[in-house]
Formats: sequence, C-alpha cells, structure tokens
Amino acid sequence: MNQAVLSLRGVTKRFGGLVAVNAIDFDVRQGQVLGLIGPNGSGKSTTLNLISGALAPTSGEIGLRGVSIGGLRADKIAKRGVSRTFQLVRLLPGMNVEQNIIAGAVFGHRRRWGAAAKAEAARLAERVGLAGKGHMAIDQLTYIDSKRVELARALAPDPKVLLLDEWLAGLNPTELQVGIELIQSLREEGRTIILVEHVMDAIRSLCDYCVVMSSGTKIAEGTPAEVLSDPEVVRAYLGDEDA
Amino acid sequence: MSSTEIQGFVFAALALLVAGALPYFGSDYVLSLGISIAMFTVLATSWALFSGPTHYISLATAAFFGLGTYTTGLGFESLPIWSLIILAGVLGAVLAALVGLATLRLSGVYFVIFTLGLAELIRQVITWGQNMTGQKGLYVLTDLTEAHLYQMLVALAALVFLVGWLIGRSRLGFALRIIGDDETVAAHSGINTAQAKVLLFMVSGAVAAMTGAILAPRYIYIEPSLAFTPLLSFQVVIMALLGGVHRLWGPIVGVIPFTLILETISANFPNQVTLFIGIVFLVIVYFIPRGFAGLIETVRNWSAWREARS
Repeated sequence: MNQAVLSLRGVTKRFGGLVAVNAIDFDVRQGQVLGLIGPNGSGKSTTLNLISGALAPTSGEIGLRGVSIGGLRADKIAKRGVSRTFQLVRLLPGMNVEQNIIAGAVFGHRRRWGAAAKAEAARLAERVGLAGKGHMAIDQLTYIDSKRVELARALAPDPKVLLLDEWLAGLNPTELQVGIELIQSLREEGRTIILVEHVMDAIRSLCDYCVVMSSGTKIAEGTPAEVLSDPEVVRAYLGDEDA
Repeated sequence: MSSTEIQGFVFAALALLVAGALPYFGSDYVLSLGISIAMFTVLATSWALFSGPTHYISLATAAFFGLGTYTTGLGFESLPIWSLIILAGVLGAVLAALVGLATLRLSGVYFVIFTLGLAELIRQVITWGQNMTGQKGLYVLTDLTEAHLYQMLVALAALVFLVGWLIGRSRLGFALRIIGDDETVAAHSGINTAQAKVLLFMVSGAVAAMTGAILAPRYIYIEPSLAFTPLLSFQVVIMALLGGVHRLWGPIVGVIPFTLILETISANFPNQVTLFIGIVFLVIVYFIPRGFAGLIETVRNWSAWREARS
C-alpha cells in the first residue's frame, strides 16, 4: 500500500507580489500521518487551503489518487474525498451537535440521509468522545468538545484524506493528551491524515513523516526525528545562533 | 410521520378550509381584506423560504410580482388565466435563475442592492417601451370576481406551504440551513452552494410572479409604477421578519396583524402609512429579532420550564 493518495507537484500560490506557497512537492501515502510544520506565516495553512479548494493554486498540480483536483471548487474536492477542520473552529451555531455532525454526512464523499445519517452521526459522536451530547447546543460546549464536533463532521463523509489545521492548538495539557490519543486512534484505524501543527509532542508521537516549510518553501522532509535535528529547520524556527 | 406533524397537517387543512370558505360568509370588505392577507401570506412565506435560511435579503419581490402582472396583462385576451399563472411562474423562475447566477456569488449587501435595482430596472424598461409605443398602461378586463382571485391565492398559499414543508425535510432544505450558518463549512462539506441558493431563489421568484399573475385582474388597469412598486418588496420583507423567518408558519403570524393594522391606518391616516412601516421595522430590529414566531416559542419554552420546576 505504498501508492500516493495525495500528491503535490510544484504547487504555487501568489497573492499579488507575495509568493505564499512556492513550488511545493510532497506525497501522502495510504494510512500515513503527514505533519506539515514550520514557523508562523510559512504557508502551511495556505497549502491546506489549496488542497481543500478554499483557494485555487496559481500553478502546479494537486492529485488525489492520480486524478487532478487542483483548482476545483471546494464542494467538488469534498465530494472526491478530502475533508478538513479549520484553524479557528467553525461549527454551525444554529444546529445542535448531532445536526452538526450530520451536516458532514449528507453531501460529501460518502453520502447518507435520514436514519442512516443519524446512526452514523451517533457512531461518530461516540468515536470522538461526545457520546450522549448529541442534543447539546453548540454554545454549551467546552473548547475541546467543539473541536470534537468539528472532527466528527470531517470524518462523517469517510474521507480519503483528512486535513487537520492545528486541531490540537489551544488545548490545555490534559486535553492535549486526550486529543493526541484521539488522533492516534484515527491513525490506527488507517486514516490518511495531514496535520498542520505547532505542538512538538504531537508531531513526535503522531507523524510518520514531516514536511517543513519556511517562507512558502519546503526546506526539509523526513521522519520527525530527522527534520527536527536538521540545522536548517532549527534555524527557521529559532533564527541564526549569532543573530 | 410524527404526531406533531399530523397535528400540524390537520390544523393546516382546517385553516385552509375556513380560509377557502371566506367568500361564502364574509362581506365584500372582509373579502378584500382576505385578498390582501392571502397575497402577503404567499409573498412573505415564499420570500422566507429563500431568505430565512440563507439570510440573503431579497428586495426583488416587486420585480417578480410585476413580471407576473404583465404576463396576465399582455396575455389575458388570448390565453386562459390558469396557463398565464403557470407561464408567469416559469418566467419568474427564469428571471430568478439569471439574477441568482449573476449575484448570489456576491456577499449579502451587494445582493440586496442588486435586487432592489432589478425591480427599478424592469420598471424603467417597460416605461421606456410604453413611451416608444405611445401606450400608457394595460387594461386587464376579465370576468373573474374577487372571490375567484381570492380562492386562487388561497390555493397558491396551500401549494407554497406544501412545497416549503417538503423542502424543509429535504437535503436541499438542510443544505440551505448549513449555508445560512456558515457558507465555508457548507462548501467544504460538499454542498454546491451557488446551485442550492439559485434553486431556492427560483422557487421564491416563481411564486411571486404567480401571485402577480393572479392579481392583475384585480387592478383592472396596470402600469409600471403600480406593478413594480418598491414598497411591495419592503412590505414583504417587514411582514416576514415580523412573523419570523425561521419557521414555515412564521411569516403568516406577521402578515395577518400587519395587514389589518395597515388597512386601518391607510383608511384613517393615509399619510402615515410609511411612518407605520418604519416603526414596525424598528420594533423588529430592537425588540423581536426572531419575530412573533420566536416570541411564541420563547413563551412556550418558558412555561414548559416553569411547569418542570413546579
């Protein structure tokens, strides 16, 4: 199972004169958890937005199982099997927890409706640790629970690739452990995941492979241990020793 | 079907029977009031089908309504009224699709202004056409009585409620609610947001055009400033908001009191009508943002909560 599920080739995004993402290449294989890391403003979130269709790439190719998806509308990319969470949690405030999860199950890659969608939402609520909270309103949720709802919604269409944009950010130390275990369990399930993450513990324990970005360019890739000891990566994060 | 749905159906059927029988027991004055209420019920409910979930405020009601009146006005001599109503519905849907494709990609404010401008644009085009041909307006002389028109409107209202109920249960209705809550989430969940919005806008536009087609004979003489009056668009928005747009039955709760009071005011203080509409709008914004329907639900929840405590 070494076939690439998602591959990026020379993907570039320009905003006017600013090159936010500069000729990025990488592959994500089936069942792999890929960490996309780098300092703030290095283009990680923009890369996720290009994959999910929130933005269209200026040039380059994005392939999902060999089929080009670069530049398609977000809803078409979702239908082909790319799901995501957002850096700032986005839930549907007018709906309860159950309906928020169902929202992901009806129109995406795998579509269900009625009783089947309800059953799937209940299964996923339990899966992410929201059992019995289906009827709660969104504004009653704790922070980690709101993140769980978003995760369940992203899992509901049974995506081929799951994009998590700083899903662990903002959790307290106890919640962080719970969160890491949750993503670990998704990995054991065989999910293919791209994580944009700052939390180093999470990167070490979760990622099979890391791509490091700085100022829109890929500066390193390899296992977490390799990239985190790479001098150029250290420099990108901490600056020059004598700076 | 759940028991509350069955209750709702029985209630709706009874209300429809009573409303439909109005011409047999009401006076001419009551019937004329009934026409206004039926007309605004249809317009406000169909307006809310689209604007309720999406929060896109459309001021194009007058454009569709005027299109419908002119369909009847130009065609009543050669075609039967029922076919003109259907034709108006089709034309309304086509116009809505064109407007929707052009504007629904835009964010809220631009959409509002465009829809307001649309009614004006069509009005000006028709006025220009009339000036060119030397015509002033159109006489719509039919043998349809007020009772006929009223019953057609009630039937259309029943249809609107049925369609609204079906949409509310469908994937399309669910998609619209997601779009209204967060359009980005909707797109990333696999919803073709532009298509969903255009479809609902077409339903809304078709119904408004059909209403215009039914009502044209009532005016006897139609001209652009009457058929495309922007006041109509504003009245529909205000009545729908007053009733509450988050429930299918919401707008009608606003239409009935608003029409009755408006009727009283325009009979006794004809110069204060706009003032009244303005005051109602302020009241909605400041005191009842969820309309009467929201108010009723709050009271209901509150009494349920009190019962649970005692």
